Amino acid sequence: MIFWHLFVSYLKIGFFGFGGGYAMLSLIQNEVVVQHRWMTNAEFADIVAVSQITPGPIAINSATYVGYTVGSQAGGTGAGVLGAVIATLAVCLPALTLMLLVTRFFLRLKDNPLIEGAMRGMRPVVIGMIASAALLLIFPHDAAPGERNFIDAWSWVLFAGVFIGSIRKINPILLIVLSAAAGIAIYL
Amino acid sequence: MRQLFGLFWSFFKIGLFTFGGGYAMIPLIRREVIDVKGWIAEREFLDLLTLAQSAPGPISLNTSVFVGYKMRGYAGAVASILGVVVPSFAIILLIALFFTDVRDNPVVDAAFKGMRPAVVALIVGPVLSLARGMHRAMYLVIAATALAVWGLGWSPILILIAAAAAGIAWTLFTAKKSAE
Repeated sequence: MIFWHLFVSYLKIGFFGFGGGYAMLSLIQNEVVVQHRWMTNAEFADIVAVSQITPGPIAINSATYVGYTVGSQAGGTGAGVLGAVIATLAVCLPALTLMLLVTRFFLRLKDNPLIEGAMRGMRPVVIGMIASAALLLIFPHDAAPGERNFIDAWSWVLFAGVFIGSIRKINPILLIVLSAAAGIAIYL
Repeated sequence: MRQLFGLFWSFFKIGLFTFGGGYAMIPLIRREVIDVKGWIAEREFLDLLTLAQSAPGPISLNTSVFVGYKMRGYAGAVASILGVVVPSFAIILLIALFFTDVRDNPVVDAAFKGMRPAVVALIVGPVLSLARGMHRAMYLVIAATALAVWGLGWSPILILIAAAAAGIAWTLFTAKKSAE
């Protein structure tokens, strides 16, 4: 049953993940933290951090990680690996099938005004979804209980520093590694 | 068979060396697919990016499906998508296997306390850069979506569907108007 829920959740994430990358965060967060409570808000932030410093798209990284965690909680390591495989397959299926369709009807779809219109309509909503993912990480509420991501003034200092760094186009991997080092210096 | 493995291997390398995903992967994909292998032409690559961005899902997955299908049909598409996915799957699975053991380690815990606000900052950055240059009225849509999903717990999927429908309706409306 838990595997079925994993499959459906990640199928939805894959199917509606317009805009890729950060745009998918809100969908993942909604399924994994808010709807199913498979992990806390802080654990979700941890996965995003790990995804930043490991290769590959965050949708895949989170599918593998969440699938393993949920499966292993239900039935040990073997079930964890099975959960990881199921969630990862589920998140890839829509990309595979939809892209094949799009590729086959390539020329006809390319300049279709209705598809362009749908894209234009979704663009601001996708940006709003990224903002909501950030809001929930900063200001959690009842739907996302657990340890907070912002625990003291140092959290805000790190936030501001990394924000300025990202605007100045400093490599995000470097920023994450530096903030990990800062975390060790501050909290250990 | 050899060409299938070639597709798998090229996308395996792309999957292994692209950190951060998404747009960070484009230069690497471009180099491998156009400069090194000559699988598709420069012009085609631009069309491909438009398509990969408009279809749902990670851009790297979408690109791999397109190139794989073009080279070797369905088998090529599957070989390429597997190539992108296998490296991140294997690495994250290894981390997940050991993470529960190191999670309570005080050094790891302190590092994650530092990384959490950093991650949020990395998410806020794109919101501002993507919103820049949009029509003022769109700022309202952005803010309303953020508040509805975060504060009211509305389903982001339903909002996406509604927004696509609104975009289509607007296109039909303006087309009809200009026809008159």
